[in-house]
Order: sequence, then C-alpha cells, then structure tokens
Amino acid sequence: MNLSKNEKAMTIIAGVIMGVIGASLVLFGNPKNMGFCIACFLRDTAGGVGLHRAEVVQYIRPEIIGLIFGSLFAALATKEFSPRGGSAPMTRFVLGFFAMIGALMFLGCPFRMILRIAGGDLNAIVAFVGFVCGIATGVFFLNRGYSLNRTRKVSKSEGSILPVIALVFLVLLVAAPAFIFFSEKGPGSMHAPLAISLIAGIIVGALAQRTRFCMVGGIRDMILFRENRLLLGFVAVLVSALVMNLIFSATTGTSYFNLGFENQPIAHSDGLWNFLGLYLTGFACVLLGGCPVRQLILSGEGNTDSAVTILGLFVGAAFAHNFGLAASGDGPTVNGMIAVVIGIVVVAVIALTNLKTAKE
Amino acid sequence: MKTIDAQGLSCPEPVVLTRNAVKENPEGVIVLVDAVAARENVTRFGKSQGYDVAVEDTEDGWKLTLTKA
Repeated sequence: MNLSKNEKAMTIIAGVIMGVIGASLVLFGNPKNMGFCIACFLRDTAGGVGLHRAEVVQYIRPEIIGLIFGSLFAALATKEFSPRGGSAPMTRFVLGFFAMIGALMFLGCPFRMILRIAGGDLNAIVAFVGFVCGIATGVFFLNRGYSLNRTRKVSKSEGSILPVIALVFLVLLVAAPAFIFFSEKGPGSMHAPLAISLIAGIIVGALAQRTRFCMVGGIRDMILFRENRLLLGFVAVLVSALVMNLIFSATTGTSYFNLGFENQPIAHSDGLWNFLGLYLTGFACVLLGGCPVRQLILSGEGNTDSAVTILGLFVGAAFAHNFGLAASGDGPTVNGMIAVVIGIVVVAVIALTNLKTAKE
Repeated sequence: MKTIDAQGLSCPEPVVLTRNAVKENPEGVIVLVDAVAARENVTRFGKSQGYDVAVEDTEDGWKLTLTKA
C-alpha cells in the first residue's frame, strides 16, 4: 500500500511540475496554451526541415528533442534503456499518422488539450469528451483481445537511432544552415529561448520516464481497471497549469486565462470536428499503447516501435499541411474532415483485424 | 498454477491478460513480463485485487507470482 501511495504522490508531483513548466514556456515565448504540444511541435519540426511548406509553422522544436533526451538519460541512469521492437511497425506507423491527423483537426495533442483547458478554452472540453469516447472505443477492442503482437530485443544501435536523429536535429537547429526553415511569423515564430525549451523538455522527459506518464493511459486504466494513478497525474497537470495561468495573468498584465469558446489562441470553435479529431487521436493512441508523449518517452528508452510511431506522427503532420488537412483558427477544412473520417475507418479496421481469438 | 506470458506486449495488455487469468484462476497466477512498466502495472493490479505479488528475476525479465493474500 505504501508503495502505491508513494507512486501516486510521485506522479502527482511530476504532474504539478509539468503543468508549471507547460504554463511557463508560454511566458518565455511559446504560443498561448502551447507550452507543450507534441502534435504541434512535431508538425513545426517537420516544417523546419522542409517536409511541408506552411510558412507559419516551421521551427525545429527543442522541447521534442529534450523529451527524447530526458527519457534517454533517465533510462540510462536507472538501467532501463532496453532496445526493443518488431511489433507491427507498419501498423504503428499508420496509427501514428492518423493520430496526428486527428490532433491537427483539433489543433493539439492530448497534452495541449489539458493546457488549453487550463487556459479557459472550452473547445478543449468538447475535444476531451471526444478523446474519452475514442479511448473507450479502443478499450472495447482491448477487452476483446486486440494485440499488435510481441516486441523482441533489438541491438543497441537500432534502439539508438531516434535519439541520434534528435541530436542531429539539435545540431541543425543550432547551426541553422540555409536549408532549415524558421518561421518569421505565426506560431512557428513564437518560441521560448532554445536553452530554456531544451532544458524544459529534458526535465519533463525524465519525469515522464520515471512516472510512465501517459495522457491516454490515465483515462484508459480508469475505464479498464478503475486504476487512477495516471489520471491523478493528468489532473495535476491541469490544476497546476491553471493556477500558473491565473498567477501570470494577475502579475504580468497579460491574460493567460480566457474562459469561453470564441477567440481562443490557435483554436477553432467547431465542436463536432474538435470532438471527432480527438476521438480519432484517442482511439489510435489506445491501439498504440500510449499517447504521443509516451511514444517519445518509450523511443528514448530504445523502443523502436515507438520510434516508428513518431515517424508516423511526423509524416502525418507533413501530409496534413501539404494536403490542407490541418485545421486553423478559421476552422477545419473539407479535406481535413474527409481525412478524419478516413482515419476513423482505418483505425477501426486495424482494431478489428488485430483481434486475437486464440487463448494466451 | 497457470502461467501467462506477457513478455513483449504493449501497455496495457499484460494487465488485461492478468485480469482475465485471475478471473478464471482466482487462487493465483504466474505472469512473465520483460518491461519495467509491465512489472509495475501487473504488481499494482495484483495488489489492488488482494494478491501477494512475489517478483523473481528471469533471464529476460521478471516472473511475477500472484497468490491470494
């Protein structure tokens, strides 16, 4: 019992720190309600290396690099670096791809969903309901034997590839050669100083590695097993970011909390598509075994299935902007609506075709 | 005692398999895992259901023995 209480306390403390860091990064220059957003930041990074040409969202985000490094350092320090892979990589790529399409319909990953709620953006509550429904749909399939088969051990060099790519991206960001894109206006131009973003990512990455933090896992485990540990972490992020936003609003003269549906930063108020966007993301992430943050953390631990998932998210982001699938402050696009519907169908087909009827 | 091989499975499959196994074998089960998160999750689940959980190292991971407390 003590162990369990300690674990819960650790998770709550980690959540509080993540919420404080998430809110503070906005103060240092990140877009509002976007201290962290794995979907947005992978999308910006894809733009930074020119995989899409949406000029307002191009910047190699150091937070992403930091999350992978933070997890890697924590895993090495605790001897948990464990290179594994080989569990349905192409399926995971596709799930990652559509998890991103859903997130860019809503304009945020589950982490930003929490930060948007903490900033008073009620559209994120609508998306949260969709997210819970998506997770419940995934749980329905888990309970009926959904599985992507087993991982096996892979070489250390294989497990190190994504962290090495992250290092290369950091070098590109610092060296800033002419072929790397930097937004001059729009969300991609708004960012905290590099060192602050990187350190914030490393701290959050290490905390998330130690506590197995997962935005999807909290709701999933509550539905499946009535296990509330990860959900408490989720609530801790929300409460601490909310309190920080209120403190910043009171002390800086700038508003970081704006309650309502309209005129929210980098958001639209189309309820149906906010709902369906995160429905798709929640559904896909349950089938992947964790939210985008968790995939980054696992890839830092040497999990190459999660690394492939990150590539799926990354390519999904590039496609989203090349084909006009991503929503914007003006609302969703018709192409994006079609892509989300296709995504829900594809994810459902993946769920149905991976039901294992044989007894374990 | 029934043995569940949950090695190499993604979250939360090890716990789902354990839950299903203890439904059929309420006196206890053995669960093999190879990831720290799975070891923690199965241990936490076992304790929440009133089982004693003994952890032994194996070549590739851990053997968790759940017995009714």
